[in-house]
Amino acid sequence: MFEASHLHKRFGAHVVLEDVSLRFAVGRLTGIMGPNGAGKTTCFNLLTGRYAPDRGRVTFEGRDITGLPPRLIARLGISRSFQIMNLFDEYSALDNVLVATPGVRRRGFAVLADLSRDRALLARAREVLARVGLAGKAAARAKDLSYGERRALEIGVALAAEPRLLFLDEPTAGLGTEGTARIAQLIQELKRSITLVMIEHDMKFLFGLADHIYVMHWGQVIAEGTPAMLRANPWVQRSNLGQLG
Amino acid sequence: MIGAADRRVPLAPAPMLALFGVFATLPWWIDAVGLYPYLGVEIMIWVVFALGFNLLLGTSGLPSFGHGAYFGVGAYAFGLAQFHLHPNLWICLAAALAASVVAGALVACFISHRRGIYFALLTIAFGQIFWFVAIKWHSVTRGEDGLLNIRRPDADFGFVAWSLQSNEALYAFCFAVFALTVLLLWRLVHSPYGRVLAAIRQNETRARFVGYNVWLFKWTAFTLSAAVAGLAGGLFALAQQSAYPNVMSLHQSGLVVMMTLIGGGLVSFWGPVLGTVLFFLARDLLGAYTEAWLLWYGLLFMLIVLFKPEGIAGLFHVRSKPSA
Repeated sequence: MFEASHLHKRFGAHVVLEDVSLRFAVGRLTGIMGPNGAGKTTCFNLLTGRYAPDRGRVTFEGRDITGLPPRLIARLGISRSFQIMNLFDEYSALDNVLVATPGVRRRGFAVLADLSRDRALLARAREVLARVGLAGKAAARAKDLSYGERRALEIGVALAAEPRLLFLDEPTAGLGTEGTARIAQLIQELKRSITLVMIEHDMKFLFGLADHIYVMHWGQVIAEGTPAMLRANPWVQRSNLGQLG
Repeated sequence: MIGAADRRVPLAPAPMLALFGVFATLPWWIDAVGLYPYLGVEIMIWVVFALGFNLLLGTSGLPSFGHGAYFGVGAYAFGLAQFHLHPNLWICLAAALAASVVAGALVACFISHRRGIYFALLTIAFGQIFWFVAIKWHSVTRGEDGLLNIRRPDADFGFVAWSLQSNEALYAFCFAVFALTVLLLWRLVHSPYGRVLAAIRQNETRARFVGYNVWLFKWTAFTLSAAVAGLAGGLFALAQQSAYPNVMSLHQSGLVVMMTLIGGGLVSFWGPVLGTVLFFLARDLLGAYTEAWLLWYGLLFMLIVLFKPEGIAGLFHVRSKPSA
């Protein structure tokens, strides 16, 4: 479904990605793990159009999307959430989700229309909120939400774009056990309908959810496989990445 | 400054009705309070200008500090169309709109990928270019004197033509244009388009990643805002019967920024209206006592920035509390 082959990226003299190849299969949850600075987020940025790779090719459903700008990649059905939250802070939770829906995007230049008349669109936005557990917070402004709620809304905005492929960049960053459990449940549920790719530091969390995992280090993929395979991988075992309990 | 999207947007909310009520009846009571109807014309023209300006500043978060340029381009285009093209009111106004759209669209091409202070600096630079051209291109703009003796053409509706010679007729015409512009801008700001602009103001990166062409939205917003400024400039030339470089100066561009900020354009659609009214009242009422009225107005500006950065509208503006 989604394939990145031989990606290279350098910032100045600093090589951040070197010959990285990834495949994300339909209906699967693929995990990307690795220490800080391994190039995971840069990888996401290349795959979702924030930067163009220096070399390499990215294809989605057979189509070459290398170097396309984020808005065009988003329109193809690829959405992402951010590690550092990126919300529309003054907007209510509902408006955050609403503005990300394809329904509003299609009518972005409708200068005289009134969204409050579009019940189907509003209903769909409320559905997304309910899905991420924010049904009761529709009217609250994004900046007034709690940290955990903002994390959920971060996923909600990405989800509102109705993606077929969703990239999640550390969805549990900064969350406690309870918050993490809630996100795990949400991802478990999303897995049934969307192809997911997730960067995660929390091994236990990732190994419990992922079908396939890439381990990155120093800008390279150093191991890949199912969670079971990685547990047995001496490379992973030897590094502190393998302390899984 | 925009309410939640799930709440119905009234076609004409209470502040709009109040505004229309005040200006529709103004010629009948303004003399009684010691002022004069032409002041109403001036205020309406500047309200149109300031509301159009706030489409950029308040809605889209794009600070344009050279917006007088497009007001001036509209005023000059109105006069030039009258002298060289056809002395018909609609043609002159269309020329004012067209010229400011072209000017705005061109400038927007160079600045729409910028934001914040870089955006602001570029708008100043472009504003100064227009001002300089107005002064130096003597054969067309008549230099520092500007275009004089612009006539007020009749408002010709085909079946009936109204003369705009009298100040009363001029007032009625300006009111009609003013009301229409306010209605349209209100609608625009609350449309999906306006909501996307507000989303871009809040988080440009995210807007890109949910699929919006941010550049194009900024470009259209700037062009639209320039068009409204040009329309106001056309009305200005019609009312003042002249167009001169001063209206394009940095000083004039600063006035619209002050009006918008003092009034509270950042928190309310109606902020620019309050700021404009306050400015003209200060000019006429304080100006009657002292020539240094701008000093007092400047102090007022400082006080507001210090103690009520949201502006006057911030005093009335009750933030809608989360209901759940």
